[in-house]
Amino acid sequence: MKKLIISVLLVNLLAACASEKPKEVAPEPTAATSSAAPAAEASSANAAAAVAGDALNDAGNALLSKRSAYFPFDVDAVQAADKPMVQAHGEYLGKNAARKVTVEGNCDERGSSEYNLGLGNRRANNVKKMLVAGGAKAAQVGTVSFGEEKPKAVGHDEAAWSQNRRADLNYGK
Amino acid sequence: MILRFLSLAMLLFVTLPAHATLNIEIIGAGEHQIPISIVPFAGEGKLAQSISAVIVNDLKRSGLFRPVDPAGRAPHEPQEVKFSEWAGVDALAIGSVVQGADGRVDVKFRLFDTLKQIELTGQAVSAKSDQIRAIAHHIADLIYEKFTGDAGVFSTRIAYINREGKANRLVVADSDGYGEQTVLSLNDSIMSPAWSPDGSHLAYVTFEQGHAVTYVQSLLMRQRMVLAAFPGSNSAPAWSPDGKQLAIVLTRDGSSQIYLIRPDGSGLKRITFSDAIDTEPSFSPDGQFLLFTSDRGGSAQVYRMSVDGGYAERLTFEGTNNFSPRYSPDGKGFVFMHSNGKQFLIATQDFETRQMQILTDVGWEKKPSFAPNGKLVLFATEAQGRGILATVSSDGRVKQKMFPQRGDIREPTWGPFLK
Repeated sequence: MKKLIISVLLVNLLAACASEKPKEVAPEPTAATSSAAPAAEASSANAAAAVAGDALNDAGNALLSKRSAYFPFDVDAVQAADKPMVQAHGEYLGKNAARKVTVEGNCDERGSSEYNLGLGNRRANNVKKMLVAGGAKAAQVGTVSFGEEKPKAVGHDEAAWSQNRRADLNYGK
Repeated sequence: MILRFLSLAMLLFVTLPAHATLNIEIIGAGEHQIPISIVPFAGEGKLAQSISAVIVNDLKRSGLFRPVDPAGRAPHEPQEVKFSEWAGVDALAIGSVVQGADGRVDVKFRLFDTLKQIELTGQAVSAKSDQIRAIAHHIADLIYEKFTGDAGVFSTRIAYINREGKANRLVVADSDGYGEQTVLSLNDSIMSPAWSPDGSHLAYVTFEQGHAVTYVQSLLMRQRMVLAAFPGSNSAPAWSPDGKQLAIVLTRDGSSQIYLIRPDGSGLKRITFSDAIDTEPSFSPDGQFLLFTSDRGGSAQVYRMSVDGGYAERLTFEGTNNFSPRYSPDGKGFVFMHSNGKQFLIATQDFETRQMQILTDVGWEKKPSFAPNGKLVLFATEAQGRGILATVSSDGRVKQKMFPQRGDIREPTWGPFLK
């Protein structure tokens, strides 16, 4: 008969293990400096929205009433159909220096979630470039990518995907 | 070593009830299945959890064993084993459980090779009575190792995201889906969990600050800290094999680029310099190379470069796109998500032959990761309209689906061996 290994009682092991626990390190100072600060943008936008006669609130304004640019699959360039809308928002921001906007880049669920986070970033950046070219100051425009994490439409078909390949101009409502 | 291994696993799950969180469905079988009988352990009927049942399920799930019903034969001590009674099985496991007055249990176990008519190994373990499943997984690992020559992964753990509407939970569970433990609950997306090489920490990405921020959380202490919260996205964390740094993807300088950073958030160093999306880094087991996804050539493909940066070699050319590479534990190949334009499939590729092998066929498979013994691949897929977990053996023969009780599962990743 071969040997039977007798173990040490587990309670001793637990004690030994607790003394070997990994050291925790204090969060680095830059940690809390989140760039997006959507709450602050939202409040300034609310203040601006209260101004009477703001073109942004004119539902009859065919360009400024639109807030979303749509993209083909795996493409990040602003499409011809959306350029007038994006340029109009750039002009508006140029004339309304107190306004700020966040461009939110989104993707459909195809591809990896991390690749889509990168693609959403490029979509947002390209819209931002066009806003700045249209008259906005860079400091007025924030960008964020949600990748495939915040789909507007659910479903594994082009009807849903086409809604989700999108960059939204968020003035903070 | 084995005892330390057990102690860590038990420490983590010490207060958890053992309830099933996943329903498991197995398809296919290994080419050579080892017939094995696990005799119900003496005294296990008094326990809340049968030890032999857990061992049987583990071995069955591997696809490499064929459990044979002992049919009333019930030896519990070595002198009671008559090899002549066990024609038709290659392996026999017996054991006993004694419950102490202090709530502890003493488990004895012995494994026999019935062809050679010898005892292969035996162990005795003392543990708290809520650690029965951990002991059973440990015994299944011993059996697996003795008969296949590879380390068993039944004692290892997996991490994944369970999503129900807006609610997202980062979950750690045993590799069989039991012992589910919620590490983090948010009403926002959680992405890309990554195990530290010693299994003590998880890095992950959340949107709770309004953009993608990477955190590192201790599973022992439950403390978490921000690893990176630069302007833009902070994502795709991957630990180096020595645990001394992580590769991470930041957009603070424009497009998604790969950086190295220490686990305390210091020592940030950029290592890719492209205008493309460079993401999903994975360290080689020797820590010298990174695989990553990049669209620098016009479409998303897998590349390899030195951790010091420099030249990156494109490795994938099949289909339309290839994403999410992860090194195999032996460093000889990698697993990734392959797209043929219509489907997303799990595939492996060998560095030497450069041959791609597609392992799945459903078409909506994402986020593969190897079990630490390299014999199974865990990934996310869909079935019955839900996001589920699945595994496939690295030869493609045995497939397993694991259904969550509620919601959808995404972003799974297999944890390391606990040393």
